[in-house]
Amino acid sequence: MVKKKEKLAQDSPSLAKSVSRETRLRVLIAKPGLDGHDRGAKIICRALKDAGMEVIYTGLRRTPEEIVNAAIQEDVDLIGLSILSGAHNVLFPQIMKLLKRKGAGDIPVIAGGIIPEKDIPRLKRIGLKEIFLPGTSTQEIIRWIQENIPIKKKVRET
Amino acid sequence: MKVSRKSKRKPKVRPRYSRQALIKWQKAYEEELKLCRGDKKSFTSISGRVIKPLYTPFDLKNFNYFRDLGFPGQYPFTRGIHPTMYRGRLWTMRQFSGFGTAEDTNRRYKYLLSQGQTGLSVAFHLPTLMGIDSDHPMAKGEIGKCGVAVDTLADMEILFDGIPLDKVTTSMTINPPAAILWAMYIAVAEKQGVSPKVISGTIQNDILKEYIAQKTFVFPPKSSMKLVVDTIEYGAKEVPRWNTISISGYHIREAGATASQELAFTLRDGIEYVEWALRRGLKIDDFAPRLSFFFNAHNDFFEEIAKFRAARKIWAEVMRERFGAKKERSWWLRFHTQTSGVSLMAQQPYNNIIRVTIQALAAVLGGTQSLHTNSLDETYALPTEQAVTIALRTQQIIAYESGVINTIDPLGGSYYIERLTQELEKEAKEYIKKIDELGGMVRAIELGFPQKEIAESAYRYQQEIERKEKIIVGVNAFEMEHEPIPILEVDPTVARHQLNRLREIKRTRNNAKVKQTLNDLKKAAQDEVNLMPFILDCVRAYATVGEIMNALKEIYGVYEEPITY
Repeated sequence: MVKKKEKLAQDSPSLAKSVSRETRLRVLIAKPGLDGHDRGAKIICRALKDAGMEVIYTGLRRTPEEIVNAAIQEDVDLIGLSILSGAHNVLFPQIMKLLKRKGAGDIPVIAGGIIPEKDIPRLKRIGLKEIFLPGTSTQEIIRWIQENIPIKKKVRET
Repeated sequence: MKVSRKSKRKPKVRPRYSRQALIKWQKAYEEELKLCRGDKKSFTSISGRVIKPLYTPFDLKNFNYFRDLGFPGQYPFTRGIHPTMYRGRLWTMRQFSGFGTAEDTNRRYKYLLSQGQTGLSVAFHLPTLMGIDSDHPMAKGEIGKCGVAVDTLADMEILFDGIPLDKVTTSMTINPPAAILWAMYIAVAEKQGVSPKVISGTIQNDILKEYIAQKTFVFPPKSSMKLVVDTIEYGAKEVPRWNTISISGYHIREAGATASQELAFTLRDGIEYVEWALRRGLKIDDFAPRLSFFFNAHNDFFEEIAKFRAARKIWAEVMRERFGAKKERSWWLRFHTQTSGVSLMAQQPYNNIIRVTIQALAAVLGGTQSLHTNSLDETYALPTEQAVTIALRTQQIIAYESGVINTIDPLGGSYYIERLTQELEKEAKEYIKKIDELGGMVRAIELGFPQKEIAESAYRYQQEIERKEKIIVGVNAFEMEHEPIPILEVDPTVARHQLNRLREIKRTRNNAKVKQTLNDLKKAAQDEVNLMPFILDCVRAYATVGEIMNALKEIYGVYEEPITY
């Protein structure tokens, strides 16, 4: 049953077939920090793809520069950061600062991973839109994105 | 003792009659189920295994006690590797621990030992795990966060200050730089006047599962395997009581594998190491007794117990039949267990104590040699002293109060457990055969085979939770608001202290000597000789982890993983 569904997702890149590529939300999932825990990031990538979004995954251990450059180059609508190393209080501010400096401060940023609740107000103050903690369902994240992130209205080359 | 005539005369049960009784029960079961149908639609294990409502002798048709189980301490060791098991000696209570500077962690070790812990287990911070120094740009924000910062032998000397290395055994979770940290430990022992011949412990040193699951890799697979075999060879000769590898299913399971995938990939990794060591010219019985294993204890109680039992049986068979090992110790699968980190929940975190208890009990009923119990707060941060104490006490309550240690392999002979053990054995062997056909584990990894299998399982499980086919208490059922719990904060001055010490060491050491030992190491790496003696020279000269790794990177290059999801 599950297999069939996945096959379908592979055959047609989007399950929401009626949505054309130009109007699909483009999301960068990025892993800053030194940890290699990519189970969550990969599940999110796949769930967003199954929900009809276009997903670009950076792979492991990306520097703030690499993440920001990828976001600009790929002209994404949203950046999702996944981190479990505990370095979020150092790396997230760097990413937010770099985005602003490179004129991409309008790209919304969300994050998930091992992030203590008491760090959340500080991270929101520097501009992160939402922090998703362990146990959040992929459906919740998808719903949040659909409700909060507008697709950039411009035609992209394929 | 006299045996009465009465007890000798057993009532004869005719097979036909018993089959009829079974059918009768099945009917009654189905009728009653219709009436009391609850909300549960299917009964499957956490790995998606379909579980029958009842297990009976009919489920164990090809079962032979003497062939499949035997006695504890006897081939195939299904019931345990020792004749006495926990009656002779309890498992080692070994809490994985490390944070901040070497001083902070040294204090935690002394505390844990004073509270009845019986072995040490070092958690290094991420820069050390990745083989970079604290002053590397990528180390920013990571110093002392996920473990203890170790850059040079100086840190290691402080870490084990006042801890006699001839008395405790130490496990070190370290992979690409395993040879370096092991060399540092040997050097600290030497400084304490303790011979490498008597020190004992484990380095994880299992690089294959890094490519498969944990992703802490540096060098390409083949060079990494060369380094692993160097340590196995060196250990067999020079550090005979050391476990030079801990072949790990833990991380494979945490990445989302099922129980049988964890079992299969771990054992196939083990086979791969043996094959590479044999190719080096080592004799199987010279190194096989020092191979050790590391498994996960997840939520599904019976399936986990069966997994541990199946692991022992398959490994004994592999070692005796496939590799022709003659020593009984070579047939033993000795293993450490850690309760499942990924099963811990941030929601209502005190419930994690119960999860850990169930998982730890499965490990003990499965016959583990050593155990780490996770702390309730580990979805947030490294554990507080209070949380880690509860985790340790959990083991002590199982050991001293529950009575489960009174008899060996208490679940042996259960129709359900034996059937599960058979199923897991069969599934694991199918995977092992498949990987053999692909050309071995290194090749399978290059093809992305285990990685893809695990990602599939992880996604399937996530969907089951979201559809509420699997209930997680406090997450997708019985939710409630709760107060935040206290969590450990790493002192923000840690990074500064560590950077100061590193700068000081680099200034005061004999830098010409460092340069020379690093050059010797590079030359040795090109010559393809065993690198352990050269690495020992580097660490004795206070070369940093990063410097030694950089020297090796010049020769071996670095590995980039293909991006897939």
